[in-house]
Amino acid sequence: MFDFVTALSYVDQLATGAVTTFTLSLAAIVVGCPLGFALYSAKRSGGLLARFAATYISFFRGTPLLVQLLILFYVPPALGLPVSSLVAAFLGLTLNTAAFQAEIYRAGYQSLPKGQAEAASALGLSRWQIHRLVLLPQVLRLTLPALTNEAVDILKNSALVSVIAVTDLLRVGQQVTAVTYRPLEVYIAVAALYLILTSLIGLAGRFAESRFKMQDAHR
Amino acid sequence: MSFDLALLSTFAPRLLTGLGWTASITLVSVIAGAFWGLALALARRQWRGLDLAVAIYVAIFRGTPLLIQLFLLYYGGPSLGLTLDSTTTGLVGLTLYGGAYFSEIFRAGFTAVPAGQEEAARSLGLGRWLTFRLIQLPQLLAAVIPPITNQSIILLKESAVLSVITVPELTFETTRMVTETFSVLEPYLAIALLYWAAATVVSHAGRHAEAALTRHMSPPASGLISHDTPEAISNPAANKDEPHVRSRAEHHTCS
Repeated sequence: MFDFVTALSYVDQLATGAVTTFTLSLAAIVVGCPLGFALYSAKRSGGLLARFAATYISFFRGTPLLVQLLILFYVPPALGLPVSSLVAAFLGLTLNTAAFQAEIYRAGYQSLPKGQAEAASALGLSRWQIHRLVLLPQVLRLTLPALTNEAVDILKNSALVSVIAVTDLLRVGQQVTAVTYRPLEVYIAVAALYLILTSLIGLAGRFAESRFKMQDAHR
Repeated sequence: MSFDLALLSTFAPRLLTGLGWTASITLVSVIAGAFWGLALALARRQWRGLDLAVAIYVAIFRGTPLLIQLFLLYYGGPSLGLTLDSTTTGLVGLTLYGGAYFSEIFRAGFTAVPAGQEEAARSLGLGRWLTFRLIQLPQLLAAVIPPITNQSIILLKESAVLSVITVPELTFETTRMVTETFSVLEPYLAIALLYWAAATVVSHAGRHAEAALTRHMSPPASGLISHDTPEAISNPAANKDEPHVRSRAEHHTCS
């Protein structure tokens, strides 16, 4: 009944799709990181900028990624601004993860007692030094599990870019299915590849966590 | 390109029907998924042999995209003699997917009540049921309501994916509207606002439920997870959701 040989003969194409999926997700996470920090700082700054950041975060967290991708893919061309599907996909994933990362960083900063910044300030550290030497190392360590989760989520959600015609892992799976008429085996293979990718991210996250934990084990 | 409000009023009935589908699908999959997740979490606690099986289930369903799970059910199912229509596939898929997350929520919730409380209650003469009803359940509910609200919003948003397998929910109706009218701005703006509003409603409902369920604990609201150790903070399984990072870390640094 099962015929994995047919599906596996397309392993090269599937691997190419997996690389696209992984690269796209990684790029979105990496670019989304500074954007997330910027959004968080904007939200704290007060005034109009804070209102904008809060609305941005609420919108991108409150609407489906699929809708965001469809908007980014179909609306700009209608306004006379052509975008390729890959650019729309990258923009969608990045803008989306920036909103989620902003909230993660906010949670991280909020978990630090105010006294730390006050004490550092009393010791004569500048604002930048307080941030760089006191707060940031703790925030990164505290938010690492949440960031790992976010990376896994983005990798999984990147499957949606197949809907706007990016040839990612899922799209390749659809193409192989169309040729082989073996949806069960092909999609099992695709799912296994996704599972491997997300597991790798989870492992990397746990490895990083244990590394960071060792640094302050003497506390 | 001009913004055509008349277009939206023409399509309003269809969009609202789609919204109704989205709401129903979300509600059914949240309820079914929560029960399925609770069953999985309980099974894990009761029978050691099932622990590994449930863990594998959770890893698979949380580690792969919902879309591929739907494709496997919808297109792969018939090869195994399992032919479901698109809506049933969507509901089953969303329930199985959500159940994996809900089971982890309940698993974390169970650990929110230290075993010593059960022992103390039993030694004071409370029966098993009363211990559960009066001691464990109130704390368990307070611990799981915020992540359940979170997960419900996630499922509401993920239900948009069902449009790809032609379930006639909000995103599907909108995509049809786009192909019929060739205008993109109005339909997409409309559904973005509708989803946003729906997510806000769920979030408010969750906050109300949380307030109602934690009245006995405030103030101070910190009694619940005071048993957190540094291990609990860095244990990835314990804080899968972002709100946990915050609350757990707060308690850690304060103690």
